[in-house]
Amino acid sequence: MHGLVSAVDWHLVKTRIFDPNHAFAQALFRTVYIAIVSQVVGVGLGLASALFQMSRWRVLRVASYVYVLLIRGTPLIVQIFFMYYGANLLIGADLFPRDVNFGLFSLDGAIVAGMVALAVNEGAYMSEIIRAGIASIDRGQMEAAKSVGMPYGLAMRRIVLPQAARTIVPPLGNEFNGMIKNTSLLAFIGVYELFLDAEQGYSVTFKPVEYFIGVAFWYLVLTTIWSLIQVQIERKLGASDREEGEGWVQRILGIQAQGSRGAR
Amino acid sequence: MSADVDAIVTATDVDKYFGSNHVLRGVSLDVGKQEVVCIIGPSGSGKTTFLRCINHLERIDGGRIEVNGHLIGYRTKADGELVEDSERNIARQRTEIGFVFQRFNLWPHKTALENIIEAPVKVRKVSRAEAVAQGEALLVRVGLADKRNAYPNKLSGGQQQRVAIARALAMKPALMLFDEPTSALDPEMIGEVLEVMQELAADGMTMVVVSHEMGFAREAADRIVMMDDGVVVEQAAPSEFFTSPRHVRTQQFLSKIL
Repeated sequence: MHGLVSAVDWHLVKTRIFDPNHAFAQALFRTVYIAIVSQVVGVGLGLASALFQMSRWRVLRVASYVYVLLIRGTPLIVQIFFMYYGANLLIGADLFPRDVNFGLFSLDGAIVAGMVALAVNEGAYMSEIIRAGIASIDRGQMEAAKSVGMPYGLAMRRIVLPQAARTIVPPLGNEFNGMIKNTSLLAFIGVYELFLDAEQGYSVTFKPVEYFIGVAFWYLVLTTIWSLIQVQIERKLGASDREEGEGWVQRILGIQAQGSRGAR
Repeated sequence: MSADVDAIVTATDVDKYFGSNHVLRGVSLDVGKQEVVCIIGPSGSGKTTFLRCINHLERIDGGRIEVNGHLIGYRTKADGELVEDSERNIARQRTEIGFVFQRFNLWPHKTALENIIEAPVKVRKVSRAEAVAQGEALLVRVGLADKRNAYPNKLSGGQQQRVAIARALAMKPALMLFDEPTSALDPEMIGEVLEVMQELAADGMTMVVVSHEMGFAREAADRIVMMDDGVVVEQAAPSEFFTSPRHVRTQQFLSKIL
């Protein structure tokens, strides 16, 4: 026992956790913004897909079903590779060039391809969550909105979605928790984020345990911060009315237990 | 009947199917300006479905419905065929028609006042200040001035239904439709809702009411319409309707409920 524990270079672990270098700070920043952008876009895609699934037009319904089936039925890592390497071949154009210029700033093509892959993947899961949220709202709510002359879009935005948010936000929080961790998969297409930073460190030093304990710690920090934010959001929405007895510690532990879906 | 001269609602030969179930079999009904019409009949007779067709909450499969001279839910193509109208046009037509639901359907995430001003502000584009002033006046009218900031779950059924009536009135409709407005209420709350409806009728609102409240029908209605099995069986002024119903199905129905 003593031998095992002392085999770990605890000084290095401490450095990785409490005194990270500049490259690490950049990687951390990249992980955070990739997760946020992908999640926001994913929620948008999910909402569109959910509305398509409830549409009167068959074409839209079928398109949405196929999207959800394909994305949920294949591994995320395959989707990421496909987006980065495959899409260019398939379309015959350089969809994600080395640098993507957004006017004010430019991004590495791998980061853009990675965010697109994560967002498209997330959209399929959010689609189901949002659809279920909308379905949980009584039909009379939409009818009342229509009866005073609201068109569908306005009624959705003002009446149905604000109520559905209460059921959508808790699983959405778990999705974002998963998203933070899934950004690590982008290391495999060369995005320099937290996981790649750790991998490169260990490949030089041959001290995997130290580097991976360090990186695991930082993922834990990110997901814990998010859990705290989520509790606040849910409180604001009144979504936690039913669980008033639960303290924030249980909430965080509960969320962590459900949220750890890992790579899919 | 005066309805022909100055009709707010003109329904002609309305047909409606739910799957293979023929729920409306050629219903025709005219409602004149400021007239109060009560539709009664056994459950499953199609009266609620017919009411929902008037503001196109249900599509119709045959016939036509006009409100204030506008064809509801459909437009006529060049060749005379009817096709369903655009969503925007249907929404615009509905602003003319207030609808009160059996189960109130207030929006639970909004206060009483917010429920009332939502459509004036978002649909009619009335200024917020004006909508609030008008909303407060409506709350006074339904006797709930002190419930301005209450959420629906803090209101009794009768209070919720009165807010729902105020919400419908806020759009200044030419016609009010009531779908069994007191059926979901505890007995002691029925009176307060009927009172508001009676005042509305006295103020000259054109109303179509599906109801089992015979007291209201007798006092406030200008005409009673009896529906059974998807058709209008007979219609008459209340005095005549209750004392000498002509049709045997009306007699049977009245003998059961009176």
